[in-house]
Formats: sequence, C-alpha cells, structure tokens
Amino acid sequence: MAGMTTIVRTISRLLFPFMLLFGVYVLIHGHLTPGGGFQGGVIIAASFVMIWLAYGLEQSPIGFKLFRTEVLEAIGGLVIVAVGVVGIVAGVGVLGHVLPLGTLGNLFSGGNLPLLNICVGIEVAASLILVFYAMLRKIAWDEK
Amino acid sequence: MRRVVPFVAVLVVGFILLFTVVNYLPPFGSFPQRKLGAFENQSVGQRILENAPRETGSANVVTSVVWDYRGYDTMGECTILFTAVCGVLMLFLATRGEE
Amino acid sequence: MSLNYVVAMLLIALGLYCLLLKRNLIKMVIGLGVMTDGIHLFLISMGYREGGIAAIVPAGMLQDNVAAGFASAAVDPIPQALVLTSIVINICIVALALSMAIWIYRHYGTLDPSEIRRLRE
Repeated sequence: MAGMTTIVRTISRLLFPFMLLFGVYVLIHGHLTPGGGFQGGVIIAASFVMIWLAYGLEQSPIGFKLFRTEVLEAIGGLVIVAVGVVGIVAGVGVLGHVLPLGTLGNLFSGGNLPLLNICVGIEVAASLILVFYAMLRKIAWDEK
Repeated sequence: MRRVVPFVAVLVVGFILLFTVVNYLPPFGSFPQRKLGAFENQSVGQRILENAPRETGSANVVTSVVWDYRGYDTMGECTILFTAVCGVLMLFLATRGEE
Repeated sequence: MSLNYVVAMLLIALGLYCLLLKRNLIKMVIGLGVMTDGIHLFLISMGYREGGIAAIVPAGMLQDNVAAGFASAAVDPIPQALVLTSIVINICIVALALSMAIWIYRHYGTLDPSEIRRLRE
C-alpha cells in the first residue's frame, strides 16, 4: 500500500520514540497518576500504527515479525494468570499481594500492581498491533 | 412507508428515558447519600475510599479497585481481549494461498 | 434535571435510531459506538460528588491522616473502574463486527442487511 508524502514520513520518524516513551511512562506510573496498563498499551500500539500508515506496510523501517508478537501477547496473558495462582498457593487468595506494599507515593509501592500493569500493557499493545497488521495486510493483498 | 414502526419505537424509548431521568433519579452530585424513592442504601464506594490507600499501598484508587478489589473481573477481561484478537486473526490471516 | 443525564439519554436514543433504521452495516456499527458512549457517560455521572476532587491521592495529602481529608472530598471510584472494563470489551466487539462486515462484502458484494437475507448460497 502506498505511503504518504515526505513531510509526513519525516515527522512520524521523529515522533516515534517520544510516543513510545510517553506510552511506557503512562504504563509504569499506573499506581500514582491516571493511567495504567490498558491506556499505556493502547498508546504504544498507536505509535506503531502511525509508522505503518506513514510508510506503507512493505517499506516500513520497523522490523516486525508475526510469530514473535503472537508469543508476546500470549506471555502477557499467561503471567497474569500465573500471578493469580501464586496468590492462591501463598495463602492470600486469587491475585493477592505477594510483593511488599511500600510507602504511599513511591514508584516501588503497591504490591502486585506495577507487575500486573506491565503485563497487561504488553498484552494490549501486542493485541492491537496484531489487529491492525492483519487489516493492513489484507488491504495490501487486495490491491495486488 | 413500512419503516414507521421502528421510528415510533425509537421515539417512545427516547421519551421514556428522558422522563425517567428528569423525575426519578437522585439529584446530580449527591454521591454518598442516595435516596431512590423510599430506599436508601449505604455506598460501597465510600468504604473503598477510606480503606484503599492503607490496604493496597497505591495512590490511585481507581487502579486499586480494578486490580485489587475487582481483580478477578480484570483477569477475565484479559481473556476476552485475547479471544477476540484470536477471532480477528483467524478471519484475516488464515487465507494464505487462496485466490 | 442536569445536563449530563439528558445528553446521555439523547446519545442512547440517537444510537438506537442508527442501529434500527440505517441500511448499511458500517453505519450500524457506528450507531452501536454512539450508544455505548451514552451509557458510559451516564454511568460515570452517577458517581459525582458536589465539588469533589479526582479519586487519586494528591501529593499534598501524603501524610498519616490521608483517610480523613481524602475520603470526604473524592468522587466515586467504582463506576470509573466499570467503564474502563466496558471500553475494552467495546473494542473487541467493534473489531469483530468490522471484520465480519469486510468478509460479508467480499462474499455478497453488498453491505445492505436486507439484501444479505435474501441471497442464500
């Protein structure tokens, strides 16, 4: 599929690392500021989609492998269930706190919450990237 | 025209909704005290607001509700997301070699 | 009689109109999205406190008596958690509906739901 003009391509290439950094910031500070796992994952997926729309699917500078992204999405979901089962084994109930609670307002606080936020952020980002890749590849296939 | 019945149904539903909202709801902005006719209930949200920073250790009460007090629902929602993406990929990426 | 509730009900009625009376599958999916927005607005407006702050402990209140000053000034956190889950489920529904609409167009050549009912193959 055809990409866009040179101006759009240059600005997208310059903006891509900053969008990725902003997404990771929203994801990691999920227990201190508004945001969390789902919101940060969607921002990370949107940065990848911006590069694909600006360059076209064949000439994009991102090295994207389908199998690796599918495995990442499955690992994200599996670690959440594993943390739940570890909670049962340790005797605090499903998804109970196994990490220390810490003081209020620190980055390393909140028990299980930062780990769960990171895992669901990985899963949501990989899911939305896969959905957009499947739809864009169908458009590219139909044009041939 | 034969599409009068759905149009009238939409108008009736819209009028019923607006009438109920204007007359029969508790006033806007009355969070802990809710009176719905003669039925007054205590709210769970107030108790969560009092206990959440101490019990979960996170400053964001909405995140602690999503992952700690209702963590099982969020785990089910991750499963829903995974299944829906499996369905979409099955529709689009399984036709290699066709046509 | 507040603006939030009236606009939420108007959005639900408009989404229902699009869902029932349009002859295009993509427009019906758009109506579904509008109706979902109205429902989310109604749910979040039910948990509002007069002159309240957001349900996040601000940096100036991080002392020992957080529960006293914070719990009497914050809005309800439970409807916001419900709407967060509902938005993610809405993403899944719209993604699957649009994928099936693309497949129907490839198979039947039209996006009219009454035409699809008649051509059986």
